[in-house]
Amino acid sequence: MKKLDGEFRFALEKSMPVLFGYVTLGLGYGLYMHNLGFSFWYPTLMALTIYGGSVEFVIANMLVQHFNPFNVLLITLVVGFRQSFYAISMLKQYGHTGWRKWLLIFGLTDETFVINHYTKVPQEMSQVKVNTWITLLDWGYWVLGAFLGGFLGSILQLQVKGLDFVMTALFIVLALDQFLQEKSHVSSISGVLITIASLLAVGKTYFLVVTLLLLVAEYYYLTKRRAKEEK
Amino acid sequence: MTVVQQIVSIAIAAVANFFTRYIPFLIFGRQKTGKEELSPFIEGLGNFLPPAIMGMLVVYCFRNVHFLSGDFGLPEIIASIITILVHLRKRSMCLSLLVGTISYNCVGEFCFLDKEE
Repeated sequence: MKKLDGEFRFALEKSMPVLFGYVTLGLGYGLYMHNLGFSFWYPTLMALTIYGGSVEFVIANMLVQHFNPFNVLLITLVVGFRQSFYAISMLKQYGHTGWRKWLLIFGLTDETFVINHYTKVPQEMSQVKVNTWITLLDWGYWVLGAFLGGFLGSILQLQVKGLDFVMTALFIVLALDQFLQEKSHVSSISGVLITIASLLAVGKTYFLVVTLLLLVAEYYYLTKRRAKEEK
Repeated sequence: MTVVQQIVSIAIAAVANFFTRYIPFLIFGRQKTGKEELSPFIEGLGNFLPPAIMGMLVVYCFRNVHFLSGDFGLPEIIASIITILVHLRKRSMCLSLLVGTISYNCVGEFCFLDKEE
């Protein structure tokens, strides 16, 4: 019990930036659905079941249009496409975690992936347990934010707006830490440059899909070249 | 849309979203019976991608910023530079996030006031 407590506390500490980020983003999302005319049940239920910020915004918008299940499926797969690559990067870390695996996979959002992937867990703690707690906490923060946004509705207005920069700052800081400690900058720099190029080339809807496909192509090319050099 | 249609839509999105997170585990997770080793290409890809994804997510955060009009993305640019400088100096995640977010709101407020006048 004492050990569990330590892991929970560690997870709580590591997920603190996500608490602020998700509660403010979730508030914005709940508010958005409130303004579309939905009861607070909708953002709360969607936060609980879909659990993916960008997907939920798009689906909220589709719920006020004509029923089109095929479109819902297609859009979700396009927007969620990047998450498959988080999963590829987590195959080892999440592969043999028993029943927790389902929860960890379900909770593989941008932020949870980044925190769970980059957090160095102290030796005396179990990494699986820390990852599970971080996943559960992040999920809770998001649901809480969405519920509050939908429930409080127009009372809040836009007072929380600028706080969501905490998420940007979190990604910047983690990318910087990564950049400073890595031996080769090929991956980091390609990530930034290819994303910018894709955004300019194909626009906001598909640029992440294009970016990830290009990154896989780049990796394929690099391994081929390395194999050739070794021969 | 009726309530039932809405619930069906939400359910489809929930299943599809989980599917995007699950499919690599389905395909590569347990390759055939007994053999639990990943193919070297997939394992290498899993090691190659995370730094690139970090860079991608940073750019992703700026996707809605207009750099050529309005406030020219000044709040985002200035706050990002401050975040980086503070982090290089102190290497404290908490402090960097705090200072970054506060400076974003200060600069944002300043630009906003500027526009109204």
